[in-house]
Amino acid sequence: MRLCVNASVVRLCLLAGAMVPLAAAACPDAPPRGTGDLGLIVERAVGRLEVIETTGRTMLGRIEGLGDLSHASIVYSRDGRYGFVFGRDGGLTKVDLLCPRIERRVMQAGDSIGGAISQDGRLIAVENYTPGGVKVFSAETLELLADIPTEYADGKRAKVVGLADAPGNRFVFSLFEAGEIWVADLSDPQRPALEKFRSIGKEPYDALITPDGRYYLAGLFGEDGLALLDLWHPERGVRRVLDGYGRGEEKLPVYKMPHLRGWALAGRYAYLPAVGRHEVLVVDTTTWTEAGRIRVAGQPVFVMARPDGRQVWVNFALPDNDTVQVIDTESRAVMTTLKPGKAVLHLEFTPRGEAVWISARDDDRVIVYDTASFVPLAEIQADKPSGIFLTARAFRIGL
Amino acid sequence: MAISASRGLAPALLAAAMTLYWSVYTAEGGELRAGVPAPARQAELVHMVRHDCGSCHGLTLAGGLGPALLPAALAIRPAEYVEQVILDGRPGTAMPPWRGLISEDDARWIARQLRDGFPNEALRER
Repeated sequence: MRLCVNASVVRLCLLAGAMVPLAAAACPDAPPRGTGDLGLIVERAVGRLEVIETTGRTMLGRIEGLGDLSHASIVYSRDGRYGFVFGRDGGLTKVDLLCPRIERRVMQAGDSIGGAISQDGRLIAVENYTPGGVKVFSAETLELLADIPTEYADGKRAKVVGLADAPGNRFVFSLFEAGEIWVADLSDPQRPALEKFRSIGKEPYDALITPDGRYYLAGLFGEDGLALLDLWHPERGVRRVLDGYGRGEEKLPVYKMPHLRGWALAGRYAYLPAVGRHEVLVVDTTTWTEAGRIRVAGQPVFVMARPDGRQVWVNFALPDNDTVQVIDTESRAVMTTLKPGKAVLHLEFTPRGEAVWISARDDDRVIVYDTASFVPLAEIQADKPSGIFLTARAFRIGL
Repeated sequence: MAISASRGLAPALLAAAMTLYWSVYTAEGGELRAGVPAPARQAELVHMVRHDCGSCHGLTLAGGLGPALLPAALAIRPAEYVEQVILDGRPGTAMPPWRGLISEDDARWIARQLRDGFPNEALRER
């Protein structure tokens, strides 16, 4: 606990306008506690995080001074104590959840969209739009270890999307403009070994990796379909799945890109957002063919399975972003429709799924629902909340 | 401290500024083909541009999956072009048509604000 009283950090907090009394005074007196029920809520516009706990459903503290947190995402150290926050403005910040404060912070790019932590927990990879590429940092010190510019065609650099960690200290990611998937092996962080898969499809916009770390699936914006890479058999190349799922129909205007990370795998079936359609696509992961589609209230953004796989929860793009629907995976029917608030941006299940935390940006609050009764259990005030990230992510491949 | 002080002042100031701007703008007549969004609608549009357009163009409008929408980046584009892109999108790209969610007056107002430096959102009283 002595670590927490760190003069340089207090100065940093002062500069950033943080709540110094909390960071400097509250921490040394805090009793020891585990981190398994902790998490962070992103307050996107004010560059601040709320530290929350899911047992009593309360806020424990705030961490300020994180810059532009629109579209921010977070991964966790394997001890669940530190969060690595990927800010939109290129900021990479390591925060301490037990002693709510900034541990370290670097500005590593101009425009960043997310990141991942390696299998061994030692490396943090960040995916960047500007300049396009992936940078890899030491999780301990945030020292830059490797820089992978995503050059394609005539020296242009592509925006990177869909970065995921894979077994073997590998990172897999997609190049938006180039239509490529790259696998970077960082067994030796100083010398990343790259394998490139070209012509995988037009404009991959996001991707996911299956919980076993075997399949990498990139969604395409420029055409109807997804690109699938079997990491057990990269020699077989990338193949197209759900090709032409739109059946040639004109797609609706897409006001918000769907997200694939934190996807829904329920038993052998995967539930995926259709781009520009009011549909959730059901895919049989044993054959990677379409097994059905479910009509929903709007264009899906997040399609997330409750950890037991019995339910799939869906939120939507504008103008249906006040709605959340719950799909029963056995009957594949929408079992309930909720209106948690204005501009629902994200949802996160507790580790075993008895509750789900949902952010309503324009109502400045996060609502916790019981996933059996759909009754609201608690409400946490937050300024323009977006992502909610619980420490249980630390133990899952792809999160 | 700066934040808590401005929380009380900013909404009032912004509302006053918007009302003034609106009356001056309306009085000019020549600029006014069909109308300028009312102050309350303008506040909604500021929020929408920052947060919803911002999901691709960035909260600061410095760019993301979509291009930057800062005055320097838009200087080479006539406001009418920007207005039309907002309404009808850019086929073949991720930019959707927003017609249906916003009116032509809204789009014209947004295009002009972008050209001049888009306003920040007023901090809400809490």
